[in-house]
Amino acid sequence: MPDGFSAGDTAFVFISAALVMVMTPGLAFFYGGMVRVKSTLNMLAMSFISLAIVSVLWVLYGYSLAFGPDAGAGLIGNLDFLGMRGIDLNALTGSIPVTAFAAFQLMFAIITPALISGAIADRARFASWSLFVALWASVVYFPVAHWVFFFDGGQGGWLGDRNGVIDFAGGTAVHINAGAAGLALALVLGRRVGFRKDPMRPHSLPLVMLGSGLLWFGWFGFNAGSALAANGVAGMAFVNTQVATAAAMLGWLAYERLRHGAFTTLGAASGAVAGLVAITPACGSVSPLGAIAVGLIAGVACAAAIGLKYRLGLDDSLDVVGVHLVGGVIGSLLVGLFATGHVGQSAAGLFYGGGFGQLGRQVLGVAAVLAYSFVLSWLLGTAIQKTIGFRVAEDVEVSGIDQAEHAESAYDFSALGAGLARTAPAPAAVAAATAEKTEVDAR
Amino acid sequence: MKLITAVIKPHRLDEVKDALQAFGVHGLTVTEASGYGRQRGHTEVYRGAEYTVDLVPKLRVEILVEDEDAEQLIEVVVKAARTGKIGDGKVWSVPVETAVRVRTGERGPDAL
Repeated sequence: MPDGFSAGDTAFVFISAALVMVMTPGLAFFYGGMVRVKSTLNMLAMSFISLAIVSVLWVLYGYSLAFGPDAGAGLIGNLDFLGMRGIDLNALTGSIPVTAFAAFQLMFAIITPALISGAIADRARFASWSLFVALWASVVYFPVAHWVFFFDGGQGGWLGDRNGVIDFAGGTAVHINAGAAGLALALVLGRRVGFRKDPMRPHSLPLVMLGSGLLWFGWFGFNAGSALAANGVAGMAFVNTQVATAAAMLGWLAYERLRHGAFTTLGAASGAVAGLVAITPACGSVSPLGAIAVGLIAGVACAAAIGLKYRLGLDDSLDVVGVHLVGGVIGSLLVGLFATGHVGQSAAGLFYGGGFGQLGRQVLGVAAVLAYSFVLSWLLGTAIQKTIGFRVAEDVEVSGIDQAEHAESAYDFSALGAGLARTAPAPAAVAAATAEKTEVDAR
Repeated sequence: MKLITAVIKPHRLDEVKDALQAFGVHGLTVTEASGYGRQRGHTEVYRGAEYTVDLVPKLRVEILVEDEDAEQLIEVVVKAARTGKIGDGKVWSVPVETAVRVRTGERGPDAL
C-alpha cells in the first residue's frame, strides 16, 4: 500500500462500517415494535428493502454522485466512478483505502431512507415505498451527502468543504434530511384510518428496546467511525456519543415523569435515540461536558416536540419529525454554541469565544438541507401518489398491511394455527396471493 | 343439567380448581377472557399519548353439573374466587338441554 496508509485506521473503519450496517436492522426492530401487530412485518421490510436497493444503486452510480470529483459548485459528484470502476485498489481517502471509505459511507446511505419509513407506518404500498427509496436516494441523499461529507481541499461539497458547516457524522445529511422527508411524506400520504381516535399502542416494547440497543451499539461506528481514523478524535466522538445519549435518556424520562407521571420504557428508548441524533453532528467538535448539555437539551426538547403532531393533526406515525428532524436541528445548531475549537475541528462556537460565525454557518446547513429535502420529498411522494398510488386501500389498512402486501403474518401464537391450512403447493400459493393483491388494487 | 359460568380473576384459578376437585367435579373448561365491570381499567402512556385500557384480563371457567348440585357448586366457586376486592368477577348458571360424551356417546348426566 502507498505511503500514508494505516492498517489500524482501515481495520477500525471496516468495523465501523459493519456497526453502521447493523443499525438498519436495529431501526427495523425499533420501528417494528412500535406499530400494531398487523403491520409489524411491513415496518421491518421497509427498512430491510433499503439495504437491498441502496447497496445496488451505490455501486451503480451513488458513490460517484456523492464522492466522485465535484461536477460544479459543490452540488454533486461527477460520473467518473460509475459502477465503481476506475477506483485504484491502492487509492486512499485519508489513511484508508477508497473502497473502505465507500463501504462505510454506503451504510449511511442505507439507513437514511429507512429512517423516513416511520412517518408513514401502516399505510404505504410496498412497491411504491421501494420506488421512493430508489428515487429519494438518487436525487436527495447522494447530492446532500456530497454537499456535507465530500472534502476536497475547499473544492468539495458546498456546505461542508466550502462553507464550513460542521456536521461530523450526519446531523444534517442523515437526520434533518430524513426528518424533513418524513414530514413531507406524512403530509402527502395523510393520516391513518382512526388517527387520534383508535388506540395505536406499540405491540412490543421489548422489540423497541432491542432495536434502540442495536442502534446505540451501531452508532459508535456511525460517530466514532466518522473520524475515519483510530485516533483521539474518534475517542472523543465515542465518549461524547455515550454521554450525550445517557443525558438525553435522563432528560426525556424526567420530562415524561413530570408531564405524564411515569418513567416509560418507550421514553427511555426514544430519549436515547434523540440523544444519539443530536450528538451526531456535534460529537467531533464538543467536549464531553458540552455533549451532556447537547444530550439533555435534545432529550427534553424531543419529548416535548412529539406531542405537537396530535395538535397539528399530522400523522407522523413514529415521530420521525419529533425525534430526527428536531433532534438533528438541535444538535446541528448547538455546534454553533458548544464547538470548542480544539477537538477535531478548529472553528469555535459562541460559548468558546468563536462569536456568531459558526452558528450562522450551522443555520445555513440546517436550512439548506431541510428545505431541499422537504421540497424534493414532497414532489417525489406526490408524483408517486398521482401515478402508481402510494397508499394502500382503506380495507387493507384496517385489516392489516402485512397480509395484503407480504402474504405473511408476523406471529403465530395459536396452537391451532388460527385456522391455517395448506391449500396448494408453495408456488401456486404465491400466485394466489398475487392475484388477490391485484384484485385489491383493482378495487 | 346446568352450565355454570364463572368469570374470575386469573390468579384465583388454582383456588377454584382445588375447591371444585374437593367438591367432586372432574372436568371444567377454562378460557382466557377480557372485560370490565365496576373495576374499569387502567391508564397507559406511550410517547405522551394516554390510553385508557378498559378491558381487564379474566378467566372464564365453565362447569356442567346436575341440577341438584348447581346451587352448592356456585357457592363453592364464589367462595374460592373471592378476594373481597373490586373486580372479583361473576358467576351464573343456565339450563342445559343435553350433553354427550364424545368418546362413548353417553348422554345426559352420565356424560358429565
